[in-house]
Amino acid sequence: MHDNKANRLRKEILIRTARAFFTEEPNDTLNRIPLQMRPKGGEASRCCIYKDRAVLKYRCMAALGFGVESETDELKPVSDYYEEALAREKPVEPLLTVIDVACSACVTTRYRATDACRGCLARSCESVCPKDAIEFYKGQARLNPEKCVNCGLCMKACPYHAIIRIPIPCEEACPVGAITKDENTGREVIDHEKCIYCGKCLRECPFAAITDLSQMVDVLNATRTGKAVAMLAPSIAGQLPGTLPQLFTALKQLGFSDVVEVAEGADKTALHEGAEWAEKIAEGERFMTTSCCPAYIESVDKHLPEMAPFVSDTPTPMAYTAADVREKNPAAITVFIGPCLAKRREAARNPDVDYVLTFEELGAMLVGAAIDVLECEETPITATAHREGRGFAASGGVTEAVKVVAPGNAALQPIQVDGIDWKTMVQMRTWATKSCPGNFVEVMSCAGGCLAGPGTISAPRVAKKQLNDLQEKSPSLQG
Amino acid sequence: MKKINVSICTGTTCYLMGGAHLLTFDEVLDPVTAEHVEISGAHCLGLCGSEAHGKAPFVKVDDHIIADATLMKVLDKVRDLMPEED
Repeated sequence: MHDNKANRLRKEILIRTARAFFTEEPNDTLNRIPLQMRPKGGEASRCCIYKDRAVLKYRCMAALGFGVESETDELKPVSDYYEEALAREKPVEPLLTVIDVACSACVTTRYRATDACRGCLARSCESVCPKDAIEFYKGQARLNPEKCVNCGLCMKACPYHAIIRIPIPCEEACPVGAITKDENTGREVIDHEKCIYCGKCLRECPFAAITDLSQMVDVLNATRTGKAVAMLAPSIAGQLPGTLPQLFTALKQLGFSDVVEVAEGADKTALHEGAEWAEKIAEGERFMTTSCCPAYIESVDKHLPEMAPFVSDTPTPMAYTAADVREKNPAAITVFIGPCLAKRREAARNPDVDYVLTFEELGAMLVGAAIDVLECEETPITATAHREGRGFAASGGVTEAVKVVAPGNAALQPIQVDGIDWKTMVQMRTWATKSCPGNFVEVMSCAGGCLAGPGTISAPRVAKKQLNDLQEKSPSLQG
Repeated sequence: MKKINVSICTGTTCYLMGGAHLLTFDEVLDPVTAEHVEISGAHCLGLCGSEAHGKAPFVKVDDHIIADATLMKVLDKVRDLMPEED
């Protein structure tokens, strides 16, 4: 995830919410968050501190798992939402939502002539414009928004680079056109029929107006039962300070009864997927794609039905891990902790997974409980996750793993989709309907893989290095 | 030559609030500045406990505390402290 002020603000809310949980007076602490973050006489980031506080209240609601649309009474305090969150038995339906008052309603006209316009004699902009949208005012070009169709020809034609394109960051980031403007308000609205939960809009919005609905409080509550089991995604490497054995201790201090690595489940996925691939190719299938990325699975369900027959049927690392935890301990409350928002969708369909947290939320819980990972003793890790399973965290990792385990791997012709965007969506459709240049396709919604996911804490380069170190110390499935 | 010490707090709070990204500080250094700097991760500097110090993440550049640190803020401080060219 990017490190910028918008993202730091989102994390501050999570920390303050988690911290409130551990105080004597959580209700009062929660109600005061907007006031503490925007005190009287302090600076405002919008028009005034009062609007800031209103937005902050919605952010607190999201941190408790409530969308703006669930608000029925504006006077209802944050503490009431908190009480409801503690009382609910199931996590909320996973959704990405727009905090409408936080959305700055970015301009719709995407091209604009700036002061750099010299009002030149050539007026190439005017001559290339197919819609007659260029007008001149006080000797400078202006684009008439009523006529402009956003073709961009004027921008290319101007020798002074005086015409600029102003993108709408969230719309630009969305690979499937799921976020668009409400015509009346100019604010963005997410179409849940189209949304694939990849989290790219959330990451790119400079106003942090897009949010997911957190299950953090549900999990904090669950840790008090002594039955919660943490399942750490392979991309945990480098996401928190300290070593993995130190983190295991930190999680136990937080109240998890047990901690398991999803990399073990990833080992199983690799073995099964390798065998499945060999079988399918032998049966004459053209190619097979991976199935572990839930944003990709959502994309197939909602936008690429042609691809469905080519998707591997192998359970995901999370599914294997959760099934294993359940089998050993049927009463366990299973909590997947990863970098991913779409995993919440996958979990909603899998009865073995109770909750999904992001690494950011886990970090906030540790901070809220005043646990410093670097100060923790190391808990010896008894289970063995292999190099290949750990590798699932980065792009190319699943391919590597399948190469190692697939029988007759000489025939493996791997190709990768390293990041789903509108271009790769078109490409994948062609592969499904016409021809595919490989016979094994690894699809990752996030460019770089899970370690670049929307719920990560670390810079991908730092995380990749730590992942490589961890992989080197782990045994290979090859033996 | 005495180097300028850049100590990036890797307590959980700082790490979460952006310290993890500050660990890429070496990437923003030009070769000349890099000569004068030594970068280290630090256990919790104990600054996040009180709001008086400002917000996490914290970085110490020699004895100077930088709150709400960004790569550019740290770089500016390092350049301030660099000796004049001889």
